[in-house]
Amino acid sequence: MNGVRSVAERLRQRFPQEIVAVTEFRGDVTVTVRKPALLPVGRFLKEEPDLAFDYIVHVSSVDYPTQPERFEVVYEVYSIRHRRRIRFKTRVSETDGAVDSLSSVWHGANFMEREVYDMMGIRFHGHPDLRRILMPDEYDEGFPLRKDFPLQGKGWRDTFEFLEPPASPAVPSTPTAKDAA
Amino acid sequence: MTGERFTGEAGLVTLTLEQAVNWARKGSLWPLSFGLACCAIEMMTAVSSRYDIDRYGAGVFRASPRQADLMIVSGTVCRRMAPFIRKVYDQMPEPRYVISMGSCATSGNIYDSYSVVQGVDRFIPVDIYVPGCPPTPEALFDGILKLQEKIMRQRVFGAKTVTAAPGEVPGEIR
Repeated sequence: MNGVRSVAERLRQRFPQEIVAVTEFRGDVTVTVRKPALLPVGRFLKEEPDLAFDYIVHVSSVDYPTQPERFEVVYEVYSIRHRRRIRFKTRVSETDGAVDSLSSVWHGANFMEREVYDMMGIRFHGHPDLRRILMPDEYDEGFPLRKDFPLQGKGWRDTFEFLEPPASPAVPSTPTAKDAA
Repeated sequence: MTGERFTGEAGLVTLTLEQAVNWARKGSLWPLSFGLACCAIEMMTAVSSRYDIDRYGAGVFRASPRQADLMIVSGTVCRRMAPFIRKVYDQMPEPRYVISMGSCATSGNIYDSYSVVQGVDRFIPVDIYVPGCPPTPEALFDGILKLQEKIMRQRVFGAKTVTAAPGEVPGEIR
């Protein structure tokens, strides 16, 4: 635990202007950074030999719809060598809606950033292949995990375009009003 | 077997050809290996020696829809999965049957969300609905026995009463 606190202290020294807050909850240290520092902080955590956070555990995002900087992108990384983990995150507004991709630092971030893009609509600058990953490519109802997205969706779940139109019935159909006319 | 008459002679039974065909069909349902969620765990348990689904002749799980005649939809049907379920169903030869296993496949269960189809019968015809979350192997067997009863009522010659897809006319030979 103290090891992770020292990591947070290293970050403060290295990026004195960019660290917004360092919080700790039950031994888990979270560092909030300014958005432009996301990539440098990630690279620093990965490449400093005494930090060596070589494993990306998770990338996720949070929607705070009432706050001015609405979205939060959260990265959690682990150092296999030093056996410690740290979480760092940044805030991004809806109008901006983009952060730097960390998939150039950790290749494992590729799919997880795609999931964040798919579910929350946050774009990642420099991502090699930013497409939807869970929803179909042609899905156009928005981003389902946003708080203002209706829980039941916007009709997609009830449309089955792959069903062929009904074949003409083999038995003679009853006359319709159109036939009578 | 319904409708047969025992003559009193040992080893002799009289019945219609239709009943014989249906009897053969109901006793060799070949399910498709096809699991979507936790219901599939119960389905696999039903195959195990403790429950032994083979007692009902439905133990030959096939890896290809072209060799199967029973689809057990066991689990939550996500909308993105739906075209592939329909495609697999379309590849099954007739006569084919569908069991909707569990609340999710039947109605979506609690997953009233943007991604979950509210019942697999919205895009494939279902013969038997098995309730439960998940259904026990015994409940699945009850569904299979009900399906066997349904098969015994089926017309083989002349007008068929096979399950009709949406837009399909029952009894129509395609």
